[in-house]
Amino acid sequence: MPAAQVERDTVVCIRGLTFARGGRLIFDRVNMDIPRGRVTAIMGPSGTGKTTLLKLIGGQLRPESGRIDIDGEDVHALDRRGLFELRKRMGMLFQSGALLTDLSVFDNVAFPLREHTALPEPLVRQLVLLRLESVGLRSARNLMPSELSGGMARRVALARALVLDPEMILYDEPFTGQDPISMGVLVQLIRQVNEVLGITSIVVSHDVPETLSIADYGYVIADGQVVGRGTPAELQQSQSPWIRQFVQALPDGPVPFHYPGPNFAEELFDEYR
Amino acid sequence: MLRVHPMAVLDPVARLGRGGLTFFQRLGRAHLFALELLRAMGATLARLRLAIEQMYSVGVLTFVITVVAGLFVGMVLGLQGYNTLVDFGAENSLGVLVALSLVRELGPVVAALLFAGRAGSALTAEIGLMKATEQLSALEMMAVDPFRRVIGPRFLAGFLSMPLLAALFSAVGIAGGYFVAVGLLGVDAGSFWSQMHSSVDFYDDVMNGVIKSLVFGAVVTWIALFEGYDCVPTSEGVSRATTRTVVHASLAVLGLDFVLTALMFGG
Repeated sequence: MPAAQVERDTVVCIRGLTFARGGRLIFDRVNMDIPRGRVTAIMGPSGTGKTTLLKLIGGQLRPESGRIDIDGEDVHALDRRGLFELRKRMGMLFQSGALLTDLSVFDNVAFPLREHTALPEPLVRQLVLLRLESVGLRSARNLMPSELSGGMARRVALARALVLDPEMILYDEPFTGQDPISMGVLVQLIRQVNEVLGITSIVVSHDVPETLSIADYGYVIADGQVVGRGTPAELQQSQSPWIRQFVQALPDGPVPFHYPGPNFAEELFDEYR
Repeated sequence: MLRVHPMAVLDPVARLGRGGLTFFQRLGRAHLFALELLRAMGATLARLRLAIEQMYSVGVLTFVITVVAGLFVGMVLGLQGYNTLVDFGAENSLGVLVALSLVRELGPVVAALLFAGRAGSALTAEIGLMKATEQLSALEMMAVDPFRRVIGPRFLAGFLSMPLLAALFSAVGIAGGYFVAVGLLGVDAGSFWSQMHSSVDFYDDVMNGVIKSLVFGAVVTWIALFEGYDCVPTSEGVSRATTRTVVHASLAVLGLDFVLTALMFGG
């Protein structure tokens, strides 16, 4: 594929990304390309920094070194105003939904429209109802966030993330803690959002079967590195011990079952020496 | 035999150093927070509706407790003042004593302490929970500045509510003092009001009390909002921050009261 074509088809370009927190290296010179209009999965064990990666892409955290370009713009070189303009073009679905607890479902979805546009209220109402209908919660518009189940809260948050018609949407662990029905609904919605609206989607998750079922491309990160990349079929057939352990949910492997420490036999009989 | 590492004697010094560093780091963050808050004030003033909504909730939170506390403080002042003044045959000056104590000191100070305990802790918990449940992050990701949309209006509401609550406290306190003095102890009502009227100066007494309560309102709300914003985003972190708000804000009010009183009435 010619270089110009690659550039045009890549929305997010991550090069040499290094990030540390509390003296611990979370990412060590990571490179990634997120293709336009596709669903890209970023998977890895808990604590590998998947959510941190989304925050770095959204400009909420600054890397030690390296750069993240979105449509050719270096995210971390932007000033606050530039960053906010960029964020208007992206939506993010937080793990908890992160709905504003003092606003109703309707007002939560209307919130970005009221903050960023001067649309008349009747039009706001139509747009909000349209988005709520697409996630199946039009009739729940008068409920407060405390009255919603976890899955419903995420669907409302999805409607809110989509209401400004973003070009890209970031999903942070969308399937965690969901019952099978809610999980099925979310899987279907994420796929539909991508197919119908053509929005670039980045799904960060450790729910392997669900994520791979909707992803066009996937990355596996562990130990601060990208340990695997490829289409879902390639990842499932990979012989890399990291990917095999993760994709097949093996209890022991590169991520050890035992917390690192001294030898068990030595420790057991230490006092008899 | 107990073996002590030779460097262990330096542990208290290290702890002191670490404590000092943590303190100054927090102080620095609190001042950066205040700067950010001031920067957001233009946008906050441009959307006064948000601040007025917050004033309503702050007022509702603190209204009843202010009225009840003001009433009792005024009644106690009436009783204590009468017992002292009656020995000198000066019980007709009770109105002056009650009014000056309330408008100069007890109104602003006690109302601020109640405000810190009720509205301050609620503000910390609210902002802390917004942080813990990623609502603040969500605002940032929706390109909405939390300082303009959430924190600024709450600060303005606290700053403006405080003098109103202090005035309410003083007014109810004077009514309580009147009830005890005139209703129960038989002080002449005319003397009670006329001496108060002639001895309480609008600028020296009432306005200085208002200035105090504006300062207290700003400081208590600043501490409450900062503690919520800076808390560890867990349930334990939020509860610790709430406690810190009450302790720090109360101490700040009492300390500042001394400084302000010295400046206003010190000589």
